[in-house]
Amino acid sequence: MNNKKARAFFMIPYLTWIILFVILPILLILWYSLTDSNNHFTLNNFVTFFRNGTFLRMMLNSFWYAFLITLVTLLVSYPAAYFLTKVKNQQIWLLLIILPTWINLLLKAYAFIGILGNNGLVNKFLQLFGIGPVNILFTDFAFMFVATYIEIPFMILPIYNAIKEINPAVIQASEDLGASKWQTFRYVLWPLSWPGVESGIQAIFIPSLSLFMLTRLIGGNRVITLGTAIEEYFMTTMNWNMGATIGVVLIVLMIIVMLVTGRRQKRKKVNL
Amino acid sequence: MRLVAIFIFLGITMKIIELKHVNKRYDDGFVALKDINLEIESGKFYSLLGPSGSGKSTILRIIAGFTNPTDGKIYFDGKDITNLDPAKRQINTVFQNYALFPHLNVFENVAFGLKIKKVPMDKIKAAVRDALHMVRLDGYANREISELSGGQQQRVAIARAIVNEPKVLLLDESLSALDKRLRKEMQFELRAIQKKLGITFIFVTHDQEEALSMSDEIFVLNDGKIQQNGSPVDIYDEPINDFVARFIGDSNILPGRMIKDYEVEFANKKFQCADAGMRPNEKVEVVLRPEDLDITSPEKGKLVVTAQTQLFLGDHFEIKAIDADENEWLIQSINGCKLNERIGLYFDPEDIHVMRLHESQEDFDARLESYEGDDENE
Repeated sequence: MNNKKARAFFMIPYLTWIILFVILPILLILWYSLTDSNNHFTLNNFVTFFRNGTFLRMMLNSFWYAFLITLVTLLVSYPAAYFLTKVKNQQIWLLLIILPTWINLLLKAYAFIGILGNNGLVNKFLQLFGIGPVNILFTDFAFMFVATYIEIPFMILPIYNAIKEINPAVIQASEDLGASKWQTFRYVLWPLSWPGVESGIQAIFIPSLSLFMLTRLIGGNRVITLGTAIEEYFMTTMNWNMGATIGVVLIVLMIIVMLVTGRRQKRKKVNL
Repeated sequence: MRLVAIFIFLGITMKIIELKHVNKRYDDGFVALKDINLEIESGKFYSLLGPSGSGKSTILRIIAGFTNPTDGKIYFDGKDITNLDPAKRQINTVFQNYALFPHLNVFENVAFGLKIKKVPMDKIKAAVRDALHMVRLDGYANREISELSGGQQQRVAIARAIVNEPKVLLLDESLSALDKRLRKEMQFELRAIQKKLGITFIFVTHDQEEALSMSDEIFVLNDGKIQQNGSPVDIYDEPINDFVARFIGDSNILPGRMIKDYEVEFANKKFQCADAGMRPNEKVEVVLRPEDLDITSPEKGKLVVTAQTQLFLGDHFEIKAIDADENEWLIQSINGCKLNERIGLYFDPEDIHVMRLHESQEDFDARLESYEGDDENE
């Protein structure tokens, strides 16, 4: 059997999968977003989305929360990943970081309800000092906290891998050339670890745009994002066309985020 | 500054780096350096030569500031810099595998140190142009590092270091990644660059040929200790001990006995030699360089040996022979010889290098001075 035919043969399962579960659903969403409930072609759904302040506010909200979650995760993960490359027994530390990702998201959410609730561990602890009970669950803070907790491993791992790949002599070369610790970070370590940071941001920012389970369970529906809106339209009001429209907008937003973070800077040429 | 200029004008060199009683023990207990004392003068080309694990790279890292000595002090221009940050030393390094910044192009790599120092852009451009010219990479400023060959990357690494006008340039096995021809070429070039800049180069290498061809002075290291220091010719001609004799060039080393001044016995025969200053009947080791041995007839030879193997190496033959006492002899000769036949070996008294066992560098230098002075009086 020649090579090309063999390759085509082995591609069949993957292609079938892609067509059935990726391309077809996206086409369906597009179809729903461009039709009304009587299957007539219309752009009204998009007009409604961009005319109606509520949708735009929801979109901004989604962006804002996704941005905050990504930022906080990055601020926690970058130093963690950096020091992880320096410690002994890196495999064990990595395992400890990966371990929570093996546990179902829903379980973790329920666990946090137990921890953060009015009769939860945190409030019991605070009561020892005569404080509370403080309302922690169903606040923006709780939502941010849990979302960050869940996303951290997905940020640490790519950054860890990127830093690990940097030749340590390059860091020494920077110091040798007179750079301070901060300058070495700014001009050498950060740009060289950027591919890891980029994958981390994409792995967190994009899914965070459409979080809906956490907004409901931990945020107590006080945080409304595009994700919650989509769920609302499909499951509650059964307006699939509007739900699909929000979905299409979300997909476009995600593509834009991918393009922006993946952009390579063009270098200026110098004339000596 | 003016004083320095006068000194340089007068040809008086100044001590720029000094290591005093430097010891280094790593966390795992490995002792890399044992009581190292060395002085580096400005404007010279030095080599730290030794096998891997001899401590040569550790000395370089201590001078650069990447490693702190366990004890001892490092002085730069008379100031104690033992605990000074690498960033604050007027020393730059060319790293073993160049350690160029892969995310920056040639210009940005070379300009890195100057940008850190906030030098104005027009001055940076001029300095980078000059540095690239010095390493013969004119017109390469906008190239990516990944587009360059190993030799070109090597040049960028040198330009990136010298553009900062350091007083001392450290080179860590900087030529070892290049192929043989390129390495030869770079040896000439490095030496030329050093002469042109007039700054001190300290070159770490395990390649004796590299050290011999480029250096003003060589420090031979083994086992964390300086074995010998001196000019390439001194070290080659008068090795202080069997390690140096074996490490630098090929050698025939035999046990011997000093009968009196200028007479030594080895291989059960007495020979005239050029060494003196030892006790009568003192046990010594004798070095004869293979290229100093000439093949002649058994009658004319000072020693008679039997050739066992012979290799033709292009510009000379390498012959392994054995004498009556079963001592092995390595001979490098322009002429070949017949195998399994007795041949004579001829050599001059100056070709015999006598080494005392466990002689310190100071005693060695003093002894050499005493009878080299004699030579001139004769």
